[in-house]
Amino acid sequence: MSNDLSPKERMAIDRVHMPELPADERSTNFEEVNLGLSADQALSEAQRCLQCKTRNCVAGCPVGVSIPEFIDALACDDLPKATQILRGDNALPAVCGRVCPQETQCEALCVRGKKGDAVAIGYLERYVADWAMLHPDRLLKAAKPEPTGKTVAVVGCGPAGLTAAGELARMGHQVTIFEALHDTGGVLRYGIPEFRLPKEIIDREVAVLLELGVGIECNVIIGKTLTVAELRDDFDAVFIANGAGLPTMLNIPGENLKGVYAANEFLTRVNLMEAGRKEDSATPILQRDEVAVIGGGNTAMDCVRTARRLGAKRAMIIYRRGEAEMPARIEEIKHAKEEGVEFVMLTAPVAIIGTEDGWVSALRCQKMELGPADDSGRRRPQPVDGSEFDIPAGIVINAVGTNANPLLTATAPDLNLNKWGNVVADEEGQTSIPGVFAGGDIVRGGATVILAMGDGKRAAAAIDQYLKR
Amino acid sequence: MFQVVSNEILAENLHKMVLVAPRIARARKAGQFVMVRLAQGEERIPLTIGDADPAAGTITLFIQAIGASTRKIVSTPVGGFIRDVAGPLGKETHITNWGRVVCVGGGVGTAVLFPLVKALAEAGNEITTIIGGRSERYVILADELGALSKNLLITTEDGSLGYKGFVTGPLSEMIADPARAPQAVFAVGPVPMMKAVANLTREPGIETIVSLNPIMIDGTGMCGGCRVQVGTETKFACVDGPEFDAHLVDFDGLSDRLTSYRKEEATRHAAEGCKLAKEVAK
Ligand SMILES: Cc1cc2nc3c(=O)[nH]c(=O)nc-3n(C[C@H](O)[C@H](O)[C@H](O)COP(=O)(O)OP(=O)(O)OC[C@H]3O[C@@H](n4cnc5c(N)ncnc54)[C@H](O)[C@@H]3O)c2cc1C
Ligand SMILES: Cc1cc2nc3c(=O)[nH]c(=O)nc-3n(C[C@H](O)[C@H](O)[C@H](O)COP(=O)(O)OP(=O)(O)OC[C@H]3O[C@@H](n4cnc5c(N)ncnc54)[C@H](O)[C@@H]3O)c2cc1C
Ligand code: SF4
Ligand code: FES
Repeated sequence: MSNDLSPKERMAIDRVHMPELPADERSTNFEEVNLGLSADQALSEAQRCLQCKTRNCVAGCPVGVSIPEFIDALACDDLPKATQILRGDNALPAVCGRVCPQETQCEALCVRGKKGDAVAIGYLERYVADWAMLHPDRLLKAAKPEPTGKTVAVVGCGPAGLTAAGELARMGHQVTIFEALHDTGGVLRYGIPEFRLPKEIIDREVAVLLELGVGIECNVIIGKTLTVAELRDDFDAVFIANGAGLPTMLNIPGENLKGVYAANEFLTRVNLMEAGRKEDSATPILQRDEVAVIGGGNTAMDCVRTARRLGAKRAMIIYRRGEAEMPARIEEIKHAKEEGVEFVMLTAPVAIIGTEDGWVSALRCQKMELGPADDSGRRRPQPVDGSEFDIPAGIVINAVGTNANPLLTATAPDLNLNKWGNVVADEEGQTSIPGVFAGGDIVRGGATVILAMGDGKRAAAAIDQYLKR
Repeated sequence: MFQVVSNEILAENLHKMVLVAPRIARARKAGQFVMVRLAQGEERIPLTIGDADPAAGTITLFIQAIGASTRKIVSTPVGGFIRDVAGPLGKETHITNWGRVVCVGGGVGTAVLFPLVKALAEAGNEITTIIGGRSERYVILADELGALSKNLLITTEDGSLGYKGFVTGPLSEMIADPARAPQAVFAVGPVPMMKAVANLTREPGIETIVSLNPIMIDGTGMCGGCRVQVGTETKFACVDGPEFDAHLVDFDGLSDRLTSYRKEEATRHAAEGCKLAKEVAK
């Protein structure tokens, strides 16, 4: 099949709608919300792409995926080729196709978006990646690399670590991933819920790595079980990708009441430990009718939608700026609203109120108004005097952010950190210790999957160079 | 997978379990713990590393079977496996030679105390160990702790062994006697016991360290579930502790947070009971 429509014909096609589970059905279970495009939908969407020479979309992608090229292969119905192109630039397309904020990246710059709707690049990426997962026998096989005899330790099994490990293994290096938790995936497993990213996808990505000969050792905490210095002695190079981690506390009265969770605890209980998802899960989770989630990012959306699925009648987002300022992906906000989540905007928490026996009963809030823009370009919220009011809540979840976890860095005195405790690394991931590289959230602070993946990829190339010296 | 090489019953519901875990055995220091998950689908729970043999590559756990997870763990037979054991976690105990030290253990806290007593003895401290239990059946590790201590005192609530009453009885007598008053006190046990000890030593200004047991999930500082109020600060017990200055700890807050899942745990116990009953009926 060829992809030779005229621009006019392409312009005449409307953007596809992602098929979804109905909101009333999905808000009581953990099934994936987005169902994926059909073959016909994918083909028609691929034909909308104008194959621009300027490749605006590519400039919007943090790792420069060859977008028009993979879409062209898809439009020609050559899925093995589309896979090869996509995988060449993005190690985790099935993940990124689901969780990347395309509307602020590739799709934001898509030429078609100037007048009408951008090409649904994310949906197409997911379509190709999902096809590839179901058709391993039809993929173009890369030649098995010649073993180099070099060994690399990767710390952390999140997107940065998984990507670096895959790249390095394909270069012929012997890679071992050390993971602190009992399972793989990092935030992809313990943070992002099943209804956005089925865990089976992580399992498949991990299976690919195992087949490449990558070793994965869970329950090893670098900085505790082994130190960076020990890894440096036992391996030829080290890649640190231990993520961000520590929850930032709100520092308001009542934070230690029963029923107050940091987002990481709430999500870990449900996602990693299966609390509330399985009838007889060993790990417990509290369930209440009224749940207030503080924050406006993806983490807050994941918490509030999870709370809803656990049975909350009122699941609320409490955010101190307006909806336009929310850092969460537009799709998450839309889905949350459809599922009946309430958005309480321009509202900041000032205290958590408890009952006599120590349970949360309400979140005391203050109204905010937007002042002039701050450094981040967003308008700074200012409290409105005398506007305090209480929102009844049996659970309060703090989803305002995370800081760098010092567990690893505390035992690596030679590793340079910035003032927030993040590891300092150059463009290629090189740290202050020769042979030790770093990437992902531990370097950037809370960022995105695609940036973590890109770091893993660049660092793998730099490590390869280092090992050849 | 971590193999069980021995599993002894020391007292009612108290097991001493030795596991193969060479890296942890090598890295661990007194005061540290591991996160244990028996099998896929089970809870992660914290357990103190009671002892370790780096040469043999083993660690020893003392486990009091009080709930669903601990009961399942202690029923793993010799030769069987525990799926996940991660550590050593937490800060190591700050050990110096204080001179006279009193170590107070209550319930399973006595087991948590064992590695501390061992390290304090190795540092040359003169140790008095006070073990408290509800009755004789609940007094554990008396011989092992006695061998490391200059004096060993036992208290039981019903008087079935040693002093009748609580650990605070003999402790307050010692504090009142200038010839026996300790320079430091370590206390591990139920929260009310640790609180009572802290109250005794506050006024005379005796340095007192307690090992706290909040609910934990990851044990690596990631979730914030183990937070405790220490002075004006919120601390994460798994990374900042589990040992803290007893005079600064908000024990009431800790006690209260420990009851967060009481209802859920009771439901689970009931469910497990039902399952068992059904199996027996079959
Ligand atoms: C709830 C939530 C939702 C999100 N949603 C999105 C989204 O929709 N789109 C998006 O692009 N981004 C999203 N993000 C951000 C994204 O998940 C992160 O930026 C990304 O996962 C960072 O990858 P990483 O590999 O650096 O670290 P992580 O994913 O954090 O993985 C680090 C791994 O290292 C392990 N580790 C930590 N310390 C040690 C140690 N000392 N020794 C050994 N192992 C260690 C951890 O257990 C973990 O498995 C979200 C984040 C959260 C929390
Ligand atoms: C740092 C640390 C070290 C510990 N070391 C040991 C040890 O060496 N040996 C040992 O036997 N136990 C130890 N514990 C306590 C042990 O983790 C708990 O007994 C265990 O988690 C209970 O799980 P369960 O499912 O068996 O009981 P559950 O059914 O969960 O609980 C039974 C009862 O114990 C209470 N409880 C629940 N979780 C905890 C907890 N984390 N701590 C105390 N009480 C709890 C519940 O409120 C309930 O009343 C330690 C705890 C910490 C934090
Ligand atoms: S900018 Fe849009 S239309 Fe142009 S190549 Fe990229 S995806 Fe296709
Ligand atoms: S147990 Fe999660 S932060 Fe301590």
